Amino acid sequence: MAKTDIIIHDEKDNVGVVVIEKITPKQDCLCWIMENDKTVNIQALNEIALGHKIAMVNLNEGDTILKYGHDIGKVVKPIKKGEHVHVHNVKTKKW
Amino acid sequence: MKIPKSFLGYKRENGRVGTRNHVIILPVDDISNACAEAVANNIKGTFAIPHAYGRLQFGADLELFFDTMIGTGKNPNVAAVIVIGIEPKWTKRIVDAIATTKKPVEGFSIEGAGDIKTIMKASQKAQEFSQWASEKQREECPLSDLWISVKCGESDTTSGMAANPAVGNLMDKLEPLGVHLCFGETSELTGAEKVCATRGKTPEVSKKFMKTWSDYNDFILKEATNDLSESQPTAGNIAGGLTTIEEKAFGNFQKIGSRKFIDVLTPAEEPKKGPGLYFMDTSSAAGECLTLQAAAGFNIHLFPTGQGNIIGNAIEPVVKLTGNPSTAINMKEHIDLDVSKILKREMNMDQAGDELIKTTIRAASGRLTCAEVLGHKEFIMTKLFRSA
Repeated sequence: MAKTDIIIHDEKDNVGVVVIEKITPKQDCLCWIMENDKTVNIQALNEIALGHKIAMVNLNEGDTILKYGHDIGKVVKPIKKGEHVHVHNVKTKKW
Repeated sequence: MKIPKSFLGYKRENGRVGTRNHVIILPVDDISNACAEAVANNIKGTFAIPHAYGRLQFGADLELFFDTMIGTGKNPNVAAVIVIGIEPKWTKRIVDAIATTKKPVEGFSIEGAGDIKTIMKASQKAQEFSQWASEKQREECPLSDLWISVKCGESDTTSGMAANPAVGNLMDKLEPLGVHLCFGETSELTGAEKVCATRGKTPEVSKKFMKTWSDYNDFILKEATNDLSESQPTAGNIAGGLTTIEEKAFGNFQKIGSRKFIDVLTPAEEPKKGPGLYFMDTSSAAGECLTLQAAAGFNIHLFPTGQGNIIGNAIEPVVKLTGNPSTAINMKEHIDLDVSKILKREMNMDQAGDELIKTTIRAASGRLTCAEVLGHKEFIMTKLFRSA
């Protein structure tokens, strides 16, 4: 089986998690969707470290980030497909 | 995998089973620590559990203090207890409550005698207890004698992908066998609280959970100077890739698998509804949470970590697992089970759950955990408010 670079928990999720040491810009990555055991591809735009998230689609300010199929926060700065998703562009909806 | 039917444990006088055979020297208060430590130093096969509290506490905070001290003494991992306090009254209250388990327990108060005479008298008794306990043998016990508590720490995104769901897989497999299970971390379920509430076994339990969560959340919002962004997620969580408390909460929540909880326990409260999964109202600080779970009678703990929390507990062995391949290598001496192969798709959750069951049974049967070998004996009291 080809090497998995990114894991996506749920088919509904719009972010995936890097599971290799890091991915680099322009790298074509193999993504494993755990829920249905499907494989998809994405090209990275940033360097993203192990455990950090990548946007699977283009996201606008105010959009909801879905992980585990659940709402985990809101987009506060537009994010392009393949970009790093973290505290610089996503915030909690709790506060 | 066919799940083993038994483990080797210590049968106690009250029918509970211990995974360890500790003889503890329990100071009632901060100023009795020195005396307790001197006794433990004199008498091999014992150890002291020093802590910072036990003076001028009152109301609910005092009651929680007593529940924690008494529960620690009653835990089946403890064979016998020496209690040392400055005043006779509180010392006796703790001794009498531990004595209901029928295990050997004796109290000493320092006032009017001084440290040195107290150390001598308590050491004589501790020697008797230590030698008595040393003859106890492990016996074959059904898995239903396992009371397993769980709590995760220094979580990162690998916790939600690998280590936490591996614990969930173990819960799904062991709960039908009659094991007691417990998760806590009230504040870290924030963001997933509504989904968590749906896991209450009955509408009453769900309601009790929501009330418990709201009370804790209201307290945090009242005391917070800005918001919790500085501490939740922690700097370690953020370095590991966790962005929001919601993301952390849903990752955390993977630990209970597909189980439903049958009751909501107050801090340190002993479960009374029989085998099954319990939720306990605890802080999300590892030392506090584990101390409360141990005081409720849980005899082995599973601790998934991402970036590498190193916690142990004074009386409850802590089995650590990680899904983070870097942590598994760089902090090898802290990790009892490496499940990072899940991330490479080389291990599935079913296999990870089986490996964790095997590791848990070995630790319950006597194999020392990494935290034990490294000397981690954290015992951290949950303080509800200022003393008088």
